[in-house]
Amino acid sequence: MANYSTNEFRSGLKVMLDGDPCSILDNELVKPGKGQAFSRVKLRNLKTGRQWERTFKSGESLEGADVMDRTMEYLYTDGEFWYFMEPDTFEQFQADAAAVADAHLWLKEQDRCEVTLFNGTPLVVAPPNFVELEITETDPGLKGDTATGGTKPATLTTGAVVKVPLFLSQGEVIRVDTRTGEYQSRASSKS
Amino acid sequence: MWTHGLGNTRAARRPSPERRNVHRVNWRPGSGLESLRQRAKLLARLRQFFSERGVLEVETPLLASAGITDPSIESLTVEGGVSIGEQRQRFLQTSPEYAMKRLLAAYGEPIFQIAKAFRDGEAGSRHNPEFSLLEWYRPGFDHHQLIAEVGELLCYCLGERPVQKYSYRQLFLQRLQLDPFVATADELKVVAGLHIDTGGLTGDRELWLDLLMSHVLEPTLGTKEICFIYDYPASQAALSVVVRDADVFVGQRFEVYVDGMELANGYCELTDGQEQRKRFEKDNAVRRQRDQPERSVDEQLMAALAHGLPACSGVALGIDRLLMLVTGVSDIRDVLSFDWTRS
Repeated sequence: MANYSTNEFRSGLKVMLDGDPCSILDNELVKPGKGQAFSRVKLRNLKTGRQWERTFKSGESLEGADVMDRTMEYLYTDGEFWYFMEPDTFEQFQADAAAVADAHLWLKEQDRCEVTLFNGTPLVVAPPNFVELEITETDPGLKGDTATGGTKPATLTTGAVVKVPLFLSQGEVIRVDTRTGEYQSRASSKS
Repeated sequence: MWTHGLGNTRAARRPSPERRNVHRVNWRPGSGLESLRQRAKLLARLRQFFSERGVLEVETPLLASAGITDPSIESLTVEGGVSIGEQRQRFLQTSPEYAMKRLLAAYGEPIFQIAKAFRDGEAGSRHNPEFSLLEWYRPGFDHHQLIAEVGELLCYCLGERPVQKYSYRQLFLQRLQLDPFVATADELKVVAGLHIDTGGLTGDRELWLDLLMSHVLEPTLGTKEICFIYDYPASQAALSVVVRDADVFVGQRFEVYVDGMELANGYCELTDGQEQRKRFEKDNAVRRQRDQPERSVDEQLMAALAHGLPACSGVALGIDRLLMLVTGVSDIRDVLSFDWTRS
């Protein structure tokens, strides 16, 4: 990969830092009245998600990181790996538990996910913002109780546990915001 | 006339390919009309301040035959052109300092200038490669007298604010419990590491002092006041007089901070031509070491110093940053009609 100097650091550029691929979020020139210039760079470690600021000498350079974001279809898991497919080329990729992390709670076969590839291997898997999943286990529904606003835990097909309104029962399909893990609504249609 | 109009009615409604392209080009200014008005008002106010004090407004060339040796400042150059001729290149000024000092050597009058200055590679929320400077010189003033006048000017533009003064040494001792004149590079590095992630940064004492000043101290200066820092280590004297102060040598230089932002840099000006030449040559030695292009010494300035520069103090203040404070914005692009990306 090419090297990039601090004056080429732009939001979105992917670089290698301390052995990890990082995404540059912001780059600010900082200079005392007289004296040397620095670049104060806001970064996100793509492996851990950590965001922080680091200061470089102006003109210093970092190696670019071979990182690409691709939309892929989730196929299945064999318990050890999760398999994804590039819909245009049918090329398949296997992601390990570190890459999938908490996303496994929201992966439904055939859903489209954002997969970040690092050197051709999945580094991070982001589920769709909203997914529709079936309730496999919850306390019996309280018919007609749509007004009290109470909630109860419900386990979904993926193993995720979500707080849902009391009136929902096993077998129903619900829509969940994967960024917050919160119940949104009943799904429009059973899938 | 009318046949022309009729014949083209339909065509005129459909934008031509050229016209569509024009629409995609962002021609609009980055700052609002109110910001333009505030700038005009501020410039008038600055001129009024100096006019009341009998300081003469001057103009000097933007395109000079010599650049600047300071290793931390790069000039933009203009190459080619019939007028440039055999000299091959000219330099857009990084400040009007050298030309104004030639005026001082010739006439000895207090002078000020509002001018554009250019610094290569400096762009960000507080920098634009082309920016506006207010620079003025006061024969017979020492740097403390000029500090007082800068304070008055800032109150004149920003409204009354208390004025604070710390020597560079006091500031480091009070805020960081470090003596900037004796601390080693390693000691400075350790303290920097307590405040910011410096990664694999390496460097000498100067680098760590610059880093601590710009990243750790500057954001805390002048939050409610106008804050002056004066008497810098001799290594950072730039073009100021160096004197002995108890056990150390200090450059009689000052900086001004308001709302955690550096606004101005001033000197009790060095008048000794031989000492000045030594400093320029030292700058070029650093440039060689860092693989930067060497810059030839401005011989017209050297001749003016040999003729005699009156004892004086001078200061350069960033007008765009002052306007940021007046209008209450935190990004310099909001006060520029067309910033670097639009110009």
